[in-house]
Amino acid sequence: MRAILSYFITRVLLTIPMLLILLTVVFLVLRVMPGDPAKSVLGAHAPKDQIEMVRKSLGLDKPKFINLHGNPFDSQYFHYLYNLIRFDLGNSMIWGKRPVATEIKEHFPATLELTVVSITITVLIGIFGGAFAAKKQKTVGDYGLRIYGILIYSIPIFWLGLMFQLIFGVWLGWFPVAGRIGAGLELKSVTGLYILDSILTRNWRAFKSVIKHIALPSITLGMVLSGIFVRLTRANMLNMLKQDFVTAARVRGLPERIVVYKHALKNAFIPILTMMGLQFAMLLAGAVLTETTFSWPGMGRYLVERILYRDFNGVQGGIVFFALLVSAVSLIVDIIYAMIDPRIRY
Amino acid sequence: MGGFFSHKSAQLIKKGINRIFKGAKWHGVEWYLTFCGAVIILFVLFIIIFAKWIAPYDPLEFVGKPFIRPGQDGFLLGTDNLGRDVLSRIIYGSKIVMTVAVTATIFSAVVGIPIGLISGYFGGTLDRVLSLIMDSIYSFPGLILAIAMAAMLGPGMLNVSIAITVIYIPTYFRVVRGHVLSVKEELYVEAAKTLGASDLTIIARYIFPNVIASIAVIFSLNIADAILTEAGLSFLGLGISPPNPDWGLDISKGKVFLPTGRWWLVTYPGIMISLVALGFTLLGEGLNEILNPRLKEA
Repeated sequence: MRAILSYFITRVLLTIPMLLILLTVVFLVLRVMPGDPAKSVLGAHAPKDQIEMVRKSLGLDKPKFINLHGNPFDSQYFHYLYNLIRFDLGNSMIWGKRPVATEIKEHFPATLELTVVSITITVLIGIFGGAFAAKKQKTVGDYGLRIYGILIYSIPIFWLGLMFQLIFGVWLGWFPVAGRIGAGLELKSVTGLYILDSILTRNWRAFKSVIKHIALPSITLGMVLSGIFVRLTRANMLNMLKQDFVTAARVRGLPERIVVYKHALKNAFIPILTMMGLQFAMLLAGAVLTETTFSWPGMGRYLVERILYRDFNGVQGGIVFFALLVSAVSLIVDIIYAMIDPRIRY
Repeated sequence: MGGFFSHKSAQLIKKGINRIFKGAKWHGVEWYLTFCGAVIILFVLFIIIFAKWIAPYDPLEFVGKPFIRPGQDGFLLGTDNLGRDVLSRIIYGSKIVMTVAVTATIFSAVVGIPIGLISGYFGGTLDRVLSLIMDSIYSFPGLILAIAMAAMLGPGMLNVSIAITVIYIPTYFRVVRGHVLSVKEELYVEAAKTLGASDLTIIARYIFPNVIASIAVIFSLNIADAILTEAGLSFLGLGISPPNPDWGLDISKGKVFLPTGRWWLVTYPGIMISLVALGFTLLGEGLNEILNPRLKEA
């Protein structure tokens, strides 16, 4: 118990430099690289005094890293970090100028819902597909799934989404192609996760609509990520099926189905969990494109929309939020990992 | 009466496919992967080089009525909302996407490989700091980083290439560094050191050659990924600006007309993106199995 506690503490402490580096990279990209935020807010041909005003309001007139002419910490970089520690992401520069933190709070549940449903689909396809391919090694099913694994990885996610929209939305008319819930349906917000909200409030009409709306985006995102899981599960399962305990189970006369899906699959699961942690970044990147394709009002669409409307604070807040999310998830995955696998210790 | 899907014909098809792949086993499946990938890449190179002669029309010119269906009035893949030839735009689009993808991948290799060599070889604090920085960038969703860069730099081929470059630098760094760590304890490196070879000589002559095989694999896989990233950026309106023919851009412009059933504006550029990305993925996977046989799965 003591060892695991010290692992937790070390791991949490290690998150701090990682987060600091990520935030610095964001700062470098948004403020130090060529490209003037004030100009990107107003457009390149705005009058000079207006540009100066915006620069001042963003604090861009201050030195970048260290203020050599006064308080050394009175610089853009330290103000940026100081504001982040207070969770102050500034105010949006368009539409009512509300705090960016509030806007993120409104948009994040949609992304969370989409990613959770998608990763569930990914894991289901990946694990059962991979296990099946391993069981039927060197048959048509195996080769088919291996080709699927490579092919699906090469398809641009937004295009796959558009093709699903075309086939299941436009041609067949089975699913809606945009939004989270049908127009005119009322849903009381409890958690912001519509599936959960509709169950909690027993609003079954809304539930049906929510499920129909999330179907295409989540299948799109889930499928694109599933390729790598199919391949990984297959490789792990092939390895597992050669182990002694599997042979032992077979010798004891257990049905092949139980040997494969219960004994071997359970043990092939740890590397798959690692992969889930690694794929989280892919999941978020995919979510940005999927949300844009399906007009899904989440963080990805928020970010892209704010870039197009030149809302500098919104963009910065959105990216900082993604950085926080990535650090938090990698921390959580590592901790779960340590709890499952007793060999991992510092 | 054996229809196409009857049991007997299914058996026959199964036998046929099994035979093809068993044949592949004879040479090793990896050869088939590499071969298919190479064929696709050569096909795309052919299109890029001979675009002028293959493309029936100018990709920017309004050559027909808007929304002509594929195959009608002599437009093989139809026309878009402005009456431009979809086929010609696809052909010319290959040039832009490939230029960006290859440029970005070369840039990131040029930056990432030396840093990886130095970091792995010298070790110590420098190595720890560099690794931490690279791992942090690596953990961040690449596309989102590229989105931020592209948004600040503005559209254009060079800017998009730079935005994509940043994503892949850590990939090269990690792989090269890992290799250096495993190689630098080898006897022949020790021997070179004892004989008084300089660090530069050791890195360039004794360590770098060991890394080349892995770099080739990553290079190919990264191009595949860069193609998808470029298309994604253009799709979001942050990449290539109109009226240039670009696959991602054409999809984003064409998606507006999808609800009215004009599918060909979106479908064909997407098929091309998938095909080219697939080509480089297959080549990379094939090379990986040929060059790193130890890693081969069971």
